[in-house]
Amino acid sequence: MNKVVVQIKRFFSRLIVIFQRLFSILETPLRKIFGHKLAIPLLVLTAVIVQNIISTPNFFDISIKNGLLSGYIPSIMDEAGELLIITLGMTLVIAVSGGVDLSVGPIMAIAASFCGLLLNGSEYRTDVFQNPYILALFIGLLAGVLCGAFNGIMVSYLKIQPMIATLILFTAGRSIAKLITHGQTIYIMNPVYKYLGVQIPGVPIRTTILISLLFVILVTLLVKLTSLGLYVQSVGINGSAARLVGLNSNAVKFMAFVICGLLAGVAGLVGSSGVGSVNSGELGMSIEMDAILAVALGGNSLSGGKFSIAGSVIGAYTIQAITTTLYAMNVRPDQLNVFKALIIVVIIVASSEIFKERIKRLIRRILSSIPKSSKKTTVVGGCSDEN
Amino acid sequence: MRKLLRSISIMCVLALLVMAAACTEKPAETTAPAVATTTAKAADTTPAPADELIVVGFAQCKADESDWRMANTKSMQETLSEANGYKLILADSNNDAAKQVADVQGFIDQEVDYIVIAAVNMDGWDTVLTNAKNAGIPVILMDRTINASADLYTCWVGSDFKAEGVKATDWISTRFTSDKEVNIVNLQGQLGASAQIGRSEALVEAIDKNSNWKLLAHQTGEWSTDTAKEIMTSWIQQHGDKIHVVYAENDNMADGAIQALEEAGMKVGGDDGVAIISFDANRAYLQMTLEGKINCNVECNPLHGPKVAEIIQTIEAGGSPAKVEVVEEAAFYYDTITQAIVDARSY
Repeated sequence: MNKVVVQIKRFFSRLIVIFQRLFSILETPLRKIFGHKLAIPLLVLTAVIVQNIISTPNFFDISIKNGLLSGYIPSIMDEAGELLIITLGMTLVIAVSGGVDLSVGPIMAIAASFCGLLLNGSEYRTDVFQNPYILALFIGLLAGVLCGAFNGIMVSYLKIQPMIATLILFTAGRSIAKLITHGQTIYIMNPVYKYLGVQIPGVPIRTTILISLLFVILVTLLVKLTSLGLYVQSVGINGSAARLVGLNSNAVKFMAFVICGLLAGVAGLVGSSGVGSVNSGELGMSIEMDAILAVALGGNSLSGGKFSIAGSVIGAYTIQAITTTLYAMNVRPDQLNVFKALIIVVIIVASSEIFKERIKRLIRRILSSIPKSSKKTTVVGGCSDEN
Repeated sequence: MRKLLRSISIMCVLALLVMAAACTEKPAETTAPAVATTTAKAADTTPAPADELIVVGFAQCKADESDWRMANTKSMQETLSEANGYKLILADSNNDAAKQVADVQGFIDQEVDYIVIAAVNMDGWDTVLTNAKNAGIPVILMDRTINASADLYTCWVGSDFKAEGVKATDWISTRFTSDKEVNIVNLQGQLGASAQIGRSEALVEAIDKNSNWKLLAHQTGEWSTDTAKEIMTSWIQQHGDKIHVVYAENDNMADGAIQALEEAGMKVGGDDGVAIISFDANRAYLQMTLEGKINCNVECNPLHGPKVAEIIQTIEAGGSPAKVEVVEEAAFYYDTITQAIVDARSY
């Protein structure tokens, strides 16, 4: 009987030794991984996906239905498309100004309304393009750029706080869009219109996925290959200092808002194409809040300065993954928002510096308390203390 | 470079100013008639030759909120016209509850003959309605209900949302006559909206009554095409071909569901596709009903003007209208609707 107890004790002490050796080997890489900015957002996204494996067994099934990749993963990527494009612009705006662009949703509506008006003319529902498709897309994007430029001028040259400056278009934008469309929903029945938001014939991947990834690459290249990224960061960290070293910080801010407006225009066209109609009261509704959240979830500071496009991308996908997960789990409609809020609170708390520090201290305390129980492990324990 | 930036920025400001100018034009248009009629009213109370006209104060929540609301406003303006013996004073509160209460108080001070209210808020009506009652002005509530004692207003005019739902469930029972299982998914409206409550309630009761009907899933699409499409896509992945009926509580959500189904390569509407049920029956969706994509589209009638006029005439003749006056609402079916019906639709 005694022998068994001794054996069990020996077994456990060996287990602890193995565990500690493993930890001392892995500690540096682990610290590197968890110290990385993207650790928490990635961890959360992984957690959401693991949860899905448990609750929805067919979550990872991908099949081709009607010539389109379908399944939960493609639909998350598809539905996150608009948000992702908006988030890219929002990241730049937040980084450069420490403020947010509230007007992205209304800009989407304005851009799509111009496009819809040109395509349909005075008809509210038709399948004949009244103007060339490319021209309509171009005018829609131009409207987005103009709105972004308006925000940019207010913020950079008139020194109005970004939240206040963009509040103007946030309030007036949808009315402007309604004026363009004469207050009615425009239905564009020509199948070509759905190329942008659904599918180009013969391509099995939804266009929204392709376009959003294309813009992720474009913006990443713009930030990495040109000095724009560096400029945005320096102006965001300290605008006056950046000006003193010779940067035109006004122009940099202006550029960021113009890019944000352009991207909002793209999202507007993609979004309205996805449903084949322009409904200015509905398109991009409250997307600005999701975009700000995505930037924050991506580990970016909302007070400006350093930023990570990759983080924002993960943030946007996480938000959509949460929504799709809750739909897949058939959460009751009246509880949906409560669940969403709970998950987001957990993520925000988990990624706060104070919480991370507490957890680190807790792990260290647990590890340092174990070695005292057995003589053999003290050496290893001492080793990890040195680190 | 700087010059270029400057000229670009000046152009942008100009362009936006033009947009803003265009934007301010419209409210000016809508307020103009209200102001005009108010002054006309002030003028004609003193000499009193136009005393024959029945003066109606109409407190609308937001005249251009949606296609439905626009049709609703227009119906009131057209029915209660001077040619028909009325003088309508329209006060658009732009969804500002406090302004609306002030508007109604203004009607009482102007001594109008009748007050019609499409309430922004359910609460906060006691004081002003008591004032109206003391002044002897009948108050007709339109479309939206309020939390106030029933003796403070004359009657309520609007849609019976549950009756709308019953029309839809009746159609389901004519379509699925056998004992085979009928799987239904329900795209609900904004939770708590009276239209959502009534329409969902009718469906739940019908499912209780028919043992072979089954509610596979329900979720709120918040009246939006985009959200409805997203939810429907998720349901298709879960249930696939098992879905027999989509019960979408408004036109926009039906549109989203149809697109999701079509993109998944499923047949929609008609005699053998997934049956689509929609509510509101706006023009674009009556067209879709005609095309066979929507099987059953139950109207939500915004044309309250004639009913309000009827009630006013009842009171004028010394009668008392019923406390709840329901507007007539039809249902349109894919196999019986005609192009003429679609063309006749104004909203």
